Amino acid sequence: MTTTATDKPEAKEPKRRQKGAAEPARIPQRDGGKWGYWLYFIPGIALVGLIIFYPIVRNLRLSFFHWRGGRAEETFAGLDNWIALFQDDEFIRSFVNIILVVIAMVIIPTLVGLVIAAALFDVVGRRFGGGLSSFLRATYYLPQILPIAVAGVLFGWLLKPNSEGVLNQFLSAITGSDVTVNWLGGSYGTAMGSVMVLMIWIQIGYPIVIFMAALQRVDPELYEASELDGANWYQRFRAITLPMIRPEVFVVSLTTTIAALKVFAPVFILTQGGPNKSTYVPSFYAYNEFINGTDKGYAATIASAVFIVVTIVAIVFLRVQTRSEKKDA
Amino acid sequence: MTTSAGSAALPAPASTPYKSYKAKQRPTREKTKKRPKTPMEWILLAIVVLGALIIVFPIVLLLINAFKSPADYATSGPLDLPQALSFEGIRTFWAENNFPRALWNSIFISSVVAVLAVILSVFNSFAIGIGRVKGRSWIVLIFLMANLVPQEMLFDPLFKLYDDLGLLSNPWSVIITFVVIQSAFGTYLLSSLLGTFPKEILEAAAVDGATRWRSLRSVIVPVIKPTLSVLMVFFFIWTWNEFLLPLAFLNTSDSLTVPLLLEQLNGERQTDTTTLIAGTLISIIPTIIFFLIFQRTLTRGITAGAVK
Repeated sequence: MTTTATDKPEAKEPKRRQKGAAEPARIPQRDGGKWGYWLYFIPGIALVGLIIFYPIVRNLRLSFFHWRGGRAEETFAGLDNWIALFQDDEFIRSFVNIILVVIAMVIIPTLVGLVIAAALFDVVGRRFGGGLSSFLRATYYLPQILPIAVAGVLFGWLLKPNSEGVLNQFLSAITGSDVTVNWLGGSYGTAMGSVMVLMIWIQIGYPIVIFMAALQRVDPELYEASELDGANWYQRFRAITLPMIRPEVFVVSLTTTIAALKVFAPVFILTQGGPNKSTYVPSFYAYNEFINGTDKGYAATIASAVFIVVTIVAIVFLRVQTRSEKKDA
Repeated sequence: MTTSAGSAALPAPASTPYKSYKAKQRPTREKTKKRPKTPMEWILLAIVVLGALIIVFPIVLLLINAFKSPADYATSGPLDLPQALSFEGIRTFWAENNFPRALWNSIFISSVVAVLAVILSVFNSFAIGIGRVKGRSWIVLIFLMANLVPQEMLFDPLFKLYDDLGLLSNPWSVIITFVVIQSAFGTYLLSSLLGTFPKEILEAAAVDGATRWRSLRSVIVPVIKPTLSVLMVFFFIWTWNEFLLPLAFLNTSDSLTVPLLLEQLNGERQTDTTTLIAGTLISIIPTIIFFLIFQRTLTRGITAGAVK
């Protein structure tokens, strides 16, 4: 999502169910054995096939063709599109931008979220009252539920160029001199920076809420005891909080990394990829090529590349997670 | 899993996630509260409060400026309080845009998606988690893929599909698409939940002569109801906030959702700033109301299934 909302926690399969398909159903059977369960699957499988699987296959296939769209013929292109992709400066730049997006959507929210969640739970919640800490948590979470389009319009207004812009007026008031920065259209630095700030603003609440819920698991006695032993806040953070919520840190990184790789709306709404295509991200590039480009085969190639990268990242993450779990066990 | 998935009333074996975590906490809390607060603790409090202020600052600015007249906005600028309460921006926004229609579209699409996606998730996960059908790990993988696929991949083939079916600018194009996308996540989450569903209950139901459908409806669904309601709230919000695919499928002014209406207003050059701000504020209001009603469900819910 946003993850944006966009942010869907992933569950994982319990291990014993992966062992094989031969186990009996969990309700003792009398009416016709296991095949009856397939009836419940029919709508789900049919719809996923049509809405998800067919487009994936279609895109992957199209990436080996040139196609102008509409009624035009598709002509076989072999690996042309894929070779062109790796020589395409715009595509490479869009992937470099993804690194910055990962910083804004994954790294900063997770690190800052860790500190804020720990402070809210351990200090504010325990010393200043649970009501205050819930209220602050809700405040941090608020941007997560705003539609991204609404958040984008809001930031677009704050960042208007010249003296019209709210931020410019704010800075003028502080510095006493006239600030007229064209944040979104002026230079790559300010435009990308603005997009990143929007992403952090939207994203920060997600790790905070997940981490705080994770901390509920921690036995309060543990904190009490370490406090009596004279451990200060930072020592408790290092010795108790961090190890306890490591699984959640993992899940948050996985889900937000996937969201970051697929990111579209903040760029679309704030900068439209400008100035000069410098803030392109792969999803926006693919979308733009589908709408305005002359070769939908190439657009499909970009989209397929994003999909492949997302899949690889997800697999690597899940592998590492299973391995670290095994080590713990 | 930190869900409140089970219910406290359920006599579940201790090893399953079907138990409540309520009992702990409390007793020691009062003691720590009394100890004098250290400067470090005050500093941390100040930092988190400051952070929260930064987060709400843009929304506060929105609130201040939505009630200014265009003239007031032009002279005083966005940082001052309004000189007089003016509803001109709000009135213009209301008069020039069919907001009630967009609001209805958003509510209709999101509610139908939330309900249908939960039903579909329950069916799928019933076959996977309880039925343990053959090849279910592959099936789960396919559903997982639906969570990974970037939406611009769906955009072109589905556009053509809905065009052929005559569903463009029809809310059902968006509904069908997001029922599938949301239920893919729901299936993933519920499959692992039902995979550990207490066997004793299922067996007891079977002994009493319940059919498969009866067990699902009268035994399983009531037990996992808390999780289902959390899922429903989330599906509603996720669908409400969707942007790219609705933008592609809904093109007539009658079919716009709230985010699309605002984006369209933002794109028009002649839109007056106060009108745009008023529109943004009005677009936020339903979300905020929803947030206030479901705050607890939300904060509890996003951790559902995150970690077991």
